[in-house]
Amino acid sequence: MRRIRTVTSRVQETPSTVTLRFFDDLPAAPGQFVMLWVPGDDELPMSLSFCEGERGVTVKSMGATSAHITRLQEGDKIGVRGPYGNQFDVAPRHILLVGGGSGTAVLAPAAEALVRGGGELTVALGATTGPELLFAERLRPLADAVHLATDDGSEGYHGFVTDVVTRLITMQSFDAVWTCGPEVMMSKVEAAASRVGVPVWCSVERHMKCAVGICDACALGPFHVCQDGPVFPGATLRRLEEFAHSHRDPSGRKLPFGSPPPTTLPPSS
Amino acid sequence: MADLRTRVGALELRSPLLLASGIWGESGVSLRRAYDAGAGAVVSKSIGSEPRDGYPNPTIEEYGSWGLLNAMGLPNPGMVAYRGELAAARQGGAVVIGSIFGHDASEFRTLALAMAETGVAALELNLSCPHAEGLGSEIGGDPTLVTEITRAVKEAVPLPVWAKITPNAADPAALAVAAVAGGADAITAINTVRAMAIDVDLQRPVLTHGLGGLSGPAVKPIGLAVVWQIYERVQIPIVGVGGISTVDDALQYLLAGASAVQIGTAITHGGAGLFSTLNAGISHRLDELKIPSVTALIGAAHRGTQSV
Repeated sequence: MRRIRTVTSRVQETPSTVTLRFFDDLPAAPGQFVMLWVPGDDELPMSLSFCEGERGVTVKSMGATSAHITRLQEGDKIGVRGPYGNQFDVAPRHILLVGGGSGTAVLAPAAEALVRGGGELTVALGATTGPELLFAERLRPLADAVHLATDDGSEGYHGFVTDVVTRLITMQSFDAVWTCGPEVMMSKVEAAASRVGVPVWCSVERHMKCAVGICDACALGPFHVCQDGPVFPGATLRRLEEFAHSHRDPSGRKLPFGSPPPTTLPPSS
Repeated sequence: MADLRTRVGALELRSPLLLASGIWGESGVSLRRAYDAGAGAVVSKSIGSEPRDGYPNPTIEEYGSWGLLNAMGLPNPGMVAYRGELAAARQGGAVVIGSIFGHDASEFRTLALAMAETGVAALELNLSCPHAEGLGSEIGGDPTLVTEITRAVKEAVPLPVWAKITPNAADPAALAVAAVAGGADAITAINTVRAMAIDVDLQRPVLTHGLGGLSGPAVKPIGLAVVWQIYERVQIPIVGVGGISTVDDALQYLLAGASAVQIGTAITHGGAGLFSTLNAGISHRLDELKIPSVTALIGAAHRGTQSV
């Protein structure tokens, strides 16, 4: 059921990423998402980056509406539906967390729940450049090690985080990998982990409309990301021809990854 | 075991439960999933000539167990791109009904020809979407246009043609009569009921489009009345749709005069498994009632009653 909430705080996490917090009383679990509506603009699926106390979303400015969300201020009103979808299994074990860019947003609350329950955590984060590395300081006290990678080499390893993961996963023993980020990155993480027999859980994203499993906008193979996901086993995704290859625009046309993001609205001012 | 088979005109169906248009129809794989779960047939998304994004979100307002309000705005990839989805849906033998929408008889005719080439078992004409300018119920509310469009499609293709009519008219059954005059093979009724949501905190409509259509259990009594009235006025089969989520909901539509029914909103809670659950439930309920087949129920509630 939709409710209107007031933004209680706004934190600029990175140059392109903002966290908005709001009060809510519906139970939420790490991995789940809400449909976040900016009245007068669009409504987008947003993974919760904070699931307890004041809920939070951490949003990267990508298109017109997400840019609008990052400009919201304390006191602004937002519409919220959900939380929807499944969740990460936070049972205690040793998890390798692999976050690409703003994908780390959904992984951070799962990491906190894991460690609180007695699990162990190793972290690998990637971003285009050092200042865009998200939640490194939030995760550092939880993890035995935090490995960083940047495309421009400004911080940590100079290159893709997938290189770091490929090395880590053969040197250390992990019970599972959690990953969220660009789909091509997740696909490479899945390939590296499956070679050494480590199961992977990926949080995936698709264009979404209803979020209640009927409109088919977020169809991915025989699944609906809104109800069957957004967290899927890597072994399941590997068998889908769309994974890391294509997504659907608002009309339902398949587009290869890398083409311009779909827009349904003119840019908001 | 009661016989679940039914027919809509010449089209034989293994179950009276069909997937309604607009539900799961963007992807052929999803349509196939509903068929494999036990649907008698699946109706495609309503397809137009060109790709159409539909309205920006919010396109949905949820009302818990009793309904769902939507103004999707007929999103679809266009007839050309949709061929691949239909091919994927039909792999493995799924029975697919192709839904089309257009602005006038000529556009409906062109789309019907293209849809017929994909191997669908029948066409469903969307004359009833309540939230798209110049489309759906804006033309489907005019009996003259209903006749004209139905006739244009019937003359163009050899397939059975189902006219899906709107409940948002003073006399919906008159629209069914108009479709019969155009040569329709069946009537699908109802589409969603025009409705809207307004937020008090924001003092504005919730849906981007303002007006939308209500579906789900709240509209079942409305759908039943429309099917009942149509049954009294036309001789062709009726496909009932509107708020069906339980075995008895489906049987009520059959008793009102439907030869088959479509399921939509209930999928949000039941998923594909709803088809197998309801198929088993209908079979069990008919055994309980000592009724041998689904077809024995069609229109049975009219017997011995006066026209309402």
